[in-house]
Amino acid sequence: MSDRRIGVYICHCGGNISDYVDVEKVRRAVQDEPGVVVAKTAMFTCSDATQQEMVQDIEEQQLDGLVVASCSPKLHLFTFREVAKRAGLNPYQYTQVNVREQCSWTHTDDYAGATAKAIRLVRGGIARTRLTEPLQPIKIDTVPRVLVVGAGIAGMRAAVGLADLGLAVLLIEREPVVGGRVAAWGAMYPHGKNGRQLIARLNEEIKQRENITLFTCAELVEKSGSIGNFNIKIRVGGNSGQGQEIITARVGSIIVATGFDNYQPVAGEYGYGIDGVLTLAEYKELLDSTEGKLFRHGREIKDVVYVYCVGSRQQSGENPNRYCSRYCCNAAVHASIEAVDKNPGLHQYHLFRDMRTYGKYELLYNQAREKGAVFLRFDHQEPPVVEKMADGKLMVKVRDLLTYSEQIDIAADVVVLVTGMVPRDNGSLVDVLKLPLGQDKFFNEIHPKLRPVETVVDGVFICGACQGPKNSSESVASALSAVTQSASILKKGFVELEPLIAQVDPEVCRWCGECTSACPYGAIEQVQYQGRAVARVNEAVCKGCGGCAPLCPAGAIDLKGYTDEQMKSMIDAFLKEIV
Amino acid sequence: MAGTTKEGKGFVPKILAFSTNNISDPGIDLAGSSHMHYPPSVMVVSMPCTSGIKPGWILHAVEKGFDGIFIAADGEECAYLPDCSERASNIVKNAQALLQQNGYEPERIKMSAICSVCAEPFTNQIKAFYQIIQKMGPARKG
Repeated sequence: MSDRRIGVYICHCGGNISDYVDVEKVRRAVQDEPGVVVAKTAMFTCSDATQQEMVQDIEEQQLDGLVVASCSPKLHLFTFREVAKRAGLNPYQYTQVNVREQCSWTHTDDYAGATAKAIRLVRGGIARTRLTEPLQPIKIDTVPRVLVVGAGIAGMRAAVGLADLGLAVLLIEREPVVGGRVAAWGAMYPHGKNGRQLIARLNEEIKQRENITLFTCAELVEKSGSIGNFNIKIRVGGNSGQGQEIITARVGSIIVATGFDNYQPVAGEYGYGIDGVLTLAEYKELLDSTEGKLFRHGREIKDVVYVYCVGSRQQSGENPNRYCSRYCCNAAVHASIEAVDKNPGLHQYHLFRDMRTYGKYELLYNQAREKGAVFLRFDHQEPPVVEKMADGKLMVKVRDLLTYSEQIDIAADVVVLVTGMVPRDNGSLVDVLKLPLGQDKFFNEIHPKLRPVETVVDGVFICGACQGPKNSSESVASALSAVTQSASILKKGFVELEPLIAQVDPEVCRWCGECTSACPYGAIEQVQYQGRAVARVNEAVCKGCGGCAPLCPAGAIDLKGYTDEQMKSMIDAFLKEIV
Repeated sequence: MAGTTKEGKGFVPKILAFSTNNISDPGIDLAGSSHMHYPPSVMVVSMPCTSGIKPGWILHAVEKGFDGIFIAADGEECAYLPDCSERASNIVKNAQALLQQNGYEPERIKMSAICSVCAEPFTNQIKAFYQIIQKMGPARKG
């Protein structure tokens, strides 16, 4: 039996868990486990009401252990640690059991199997919790300086934001000039500001701040250390040739804002390669570089056809881009309004699959229609065909779903392929930072809503279009979010690291030195214990990997939170018969 | 476990998968978020780093009722130890020797590097391993 007093909370997650797992059965199966004094289910364990209930239970029932069976610890580990703290329970006496990502969602096809597995997992969590001891986090001093990688609109705005909060900034840019994509753009919606001017002003702001150091032609080549205190190496002056220099620095956090690439259609894709068939980026360039009327080869442009979703939402092919690129509907509609303002009387035809001018960009869509643009909807299985005609004009043939699949032929001077954003090839940066990529190959945040700029690498944040298609204002918003996240760590002056580090039992240790030579951090030292030499772990240096533990011939080393006793009792609990 | 029998076609192997908090766990989570299916008798336990798995735990798991041990390893991505792969393969060797000494087949352990977005590789690997163990039958005879 156990003298522990543990509270167990099993989450429905709305239905994300309870649709596939019999949570009430799980509750019944664990309520009599040794040490359990409270066993409840909740619609949402993360809701304020349930958190409050947990705090109350912990206080009233004098609980000394907490088990929450809900989603991945990546989401709510800290939420429930805070709950424990608020109730005066040591946060390391709480265990998160993942019954969503690693149970209900994986076994949507097997209700009985998923329920049995959930019971086993929760029992394992209880067994582990029975053997927890109160621990104190390890404090590490932080360096009040941030590395920002990429000086496009997001990186530049982040640098200014950080500097204004009193943090030093190292801003590095791979290209010889700052500003990224936005620096090439003309008028932008909704503020009507000019991209070039916007970047020029940001650049001025940066120059005025003494605590921002900018390096162009610079790349991050090495990173070591951990959150709050990274050691970095930057190569300045390109990747070969003379004038190359390596700069080393210490920073407390890293913000990655490396932006996007434009989708490049292959030859023949919707007629790409035929004179007059342009990508959205090429068309924007034509618009932004033309004062007055739009001409092409000396002829005034009178008819323009836009083909949407080129390179986005692909269903087939090698490595298809399955995602919606999000910004292109707005960008194309905005470009078409600019075009008709330059060439009054211009005929414009928008061939779309689905129109998504979200939020206040809806007004742009209305404005485009008021100015005479025609919107036709096509079926992605029967995409428009672009051909060149004898007179040099282009012919676009499309079946319009809005007029009962009528075949419509449109003669055009220019066909704009509304191309989206694709991830940049960031191979070397990925190697250095070990940042995970999502399914779409953009950098991946921990959670798009709950932790939108944090990555699984503590202290490394992402923002802007390197994490997915965004317009410039969304990029800036996420940049400021990364600023806030960085500042919340670095302004405090210290971070608290997991106290789940290695420990040596001096009674069992026979000092052979195996562990010392196995630790690349030099965290294990020889000390005297009752007149003989034993190993001891330096808490501030140990990273908590546990790599030394299996190497000890005497079995004297345990990793806190993963002790022999805990692991074995978890395994036993996983296997316990389900009645 | 429902439908479990000791031998034959209805045998549902129990598999314990060792994963790591920062590298393979996100990959296995992603498999779940993508609703990829694998048998529910696969249970995952997470650690900071593959190099911290003790061979003794593996023997304990097999002795107590697991039929296969899958190690979703950090591989080259380990943030802690540059030689994590080498250490992990030593652990597997030692654990295999330990199993053999105690009368279990060393093939009951499989290791594969699983990255933070390796949802599909994990699902495929674990299903293939499950079938191998199913063919081998339960770890504890008689």
